[in-house]
Amino acid sequence: MAETKLKNPTEAILIGGSTGSIEVLLRVLPALPTPLSFALIIVLHRKNTADSTLATLLSLKTESPFREVDDKDPIRPGTIYLAPADYHLLIEQDKSFSLDDSEKVNYSRPSIDVTFESAADVYGSSLIGILLSGANADGTKGMQAIQKTGGLLVAQHPDTALVGFMPQQAIANTTTDYVLDIDGLIAFLKSVNTAQQTAASAF
Amino acid sequence: MIEEEEIDLLLTDLFEVYGYDFTHYSRASLKRRINRLWLLDKFPSFAELRFRVRSDTDYLKRFVEEVTVNVTEMFRDPQFYRVLRTEVLPTLAAKPFIRIWHAGCSTGEEVFSMAILLTEANLIHKSLLYATDLNPEVLETARSGIFAMAPMKQYSENYILSGGKNDFSAYYTAQYGHVKFNSSLSEKMVFSTHNLVSDQSFNEFDLILCRNVLIYFDKVLQQRVLTLFDDSLGPLGYLALGAKETLKFSTLQSTYRQVSGEKIWRKQS
Repeated sequence: MAETKLKNPTEAILIGGSTGSIEVLLRVLPALPTPLSFALIIVLHRKNTADSTLATLLSLKTESPFREVDDKDPIRPGTIYLAPADYHLLIEQDKSFSLDDSEKVNYSRPSIDVTFESAADVYGSSLIGILLSGANADGTKGMQAIQKTGGLLVAQHPDTALVGFMPQQAIANTTTDYVLDIDGLIAFLKSVNTAQQTAASAF
Repeated sequence: MIEEEEIDLLLTDLFEVYGYDFTHYSRASLKRRINRLWLLDKFPSFAELRFRVRSDTDYLKRFVEEVTVNVTEMFRDPQFYRVLRTEVLPTLAAKPFIRIWHAGCSTGEEVFSMAILLTEANLIHKSLLYATDLNPEVLETARSGIFAMAPMKQYSENYILSGGKNDFSAYYTAQYGHVKFNSSLSEKMVFSTHNLVSDQSFNEFDLILCRNVLIYFDKVLQQRVLTLFDDSLGPLGYLALGAKETLKFSTLQSTYRQVSGEKIWRKQS
C-alpha cells in the first residue's frame, strides 16, 4: 500500500504525539525491523524535567540504536532519536540536529510543529510525518508544512487513539495520506523499510 | 517564509551596517526566529523587513533581541545547581578571590541564582560575578534585579530541589506583581555587553557558565567560543554548559574532565 504513494526513498520519519502516544510507541517500536533504512525522530510532549526515564523506557523496546538528542548530533539512518525535554528540536541543512530553548509553541516545548516544519524544509519529499494520540492541536501546522514540500502524511485513527483530538486536527486540515490503527501503523512502517531494502537489493 | 538567500542578505546587512555577525548562528533556529518576527511585526514583504532593519536603529534593537533567544529561569536543572553547591564551590572556597563569568546571561536569573549559592556558602564577600550579554536591553533588566512574580513559585521549588535550605522568598521583596531581589545579592555583580562572536577574553575566571547559548551557534562558532573560554579559565577552572550541550565535538575535550555526570567540566592544568 505505502509504496504506491511514496515518491522518493524515505530518509526520515517523524513521529509526534502527546497524551496516549507513549502506549502506541511501546507497541510499535518492538515490532519494527532492524536495521531501519531511515532515521526515526520522535517528538513527544513530556514533563519539562531533564530526567531520562522516558528515553530509557523507549530504548528498552527496540533493537535499533536509540538516543535522546544532544545539540549538533548528526542524523544517521537506522537510529531512533527522541527530542529532549524542554527544548525545541530543529534540523539543519547538513542533516544534524540543533536545539532551541525559545518560547513554548502550542504550550509545548518540544513542539511538534517546530520539528516538523524544520524537517520539511530539509527533507522535502523524502520525509514522512506521523501524528499520534494527543489532546493538543500541535502538529497540524507541521503536517501542513510536510504536505507543502511533498512529504507523506500519516495520522493515527482517532477512534484508536486514547485522545483523538491531535490526529483529528491533522486529518481535518491536511490531505492526510493514511489514517491507520496501531497494527496498520506497524505494517506501514515495515513496508516503508522493506520497500527500500528491496529497491536497494535490486541493484 | 524567508528564503535562504534572503537570510544571507539580511546577515550581510547586519554585519556591514552594525557589525553584528550572525553568520555562524544555527541556521534552522535563526530562520525560525526571523520568520516569527516577520509575522509578529506584519511586514508585507522581505524588502520592507530588510529596509527597516537597515535604516531604523531602534528597530535593530528589537530585531536583535527577538532573533536571539532570551528565555531563562532561576535554578534551571536543580541537580546542576546541587553539584555546584556540593562539588564545585567547596573547591573554590580556599581561594582569596573567586571570579565567575556568566556568558550570555540574558535577564540575569542565573546570576541571581549563583549569588544565592555563594551567599549560602559564605563566599559572596570575596566573589565577583561578571554577567555579559550581547543585548543591552536584557542587561538593564538583569541590573535592576526586578523580575515578574509569577514564576517565583517554580523557582522556589527549583531552589529547594537544588539543596536550598532557606525560605526562598526571604531573598526578595514583592510588590505589584514583581519582586526585587535583595541588594546584598547584586552588590558583587558587574554587568556589561560582550559579544561572544567578536569580543575577546577580558579576564581570568575560576568558573564560567554559558548555558543554552552554544545551541544557537554552529560547530565552527562553538569551537571558537570554547577556545575563548579555555583562554579565560585559570588552572583547574570550571566550565558549565547547558543540559544538552557538550564538549564532545571540540578540541577542549582532551584537557577537561567532567564533574559528576553534570554538564560541568574542570580544566586539568
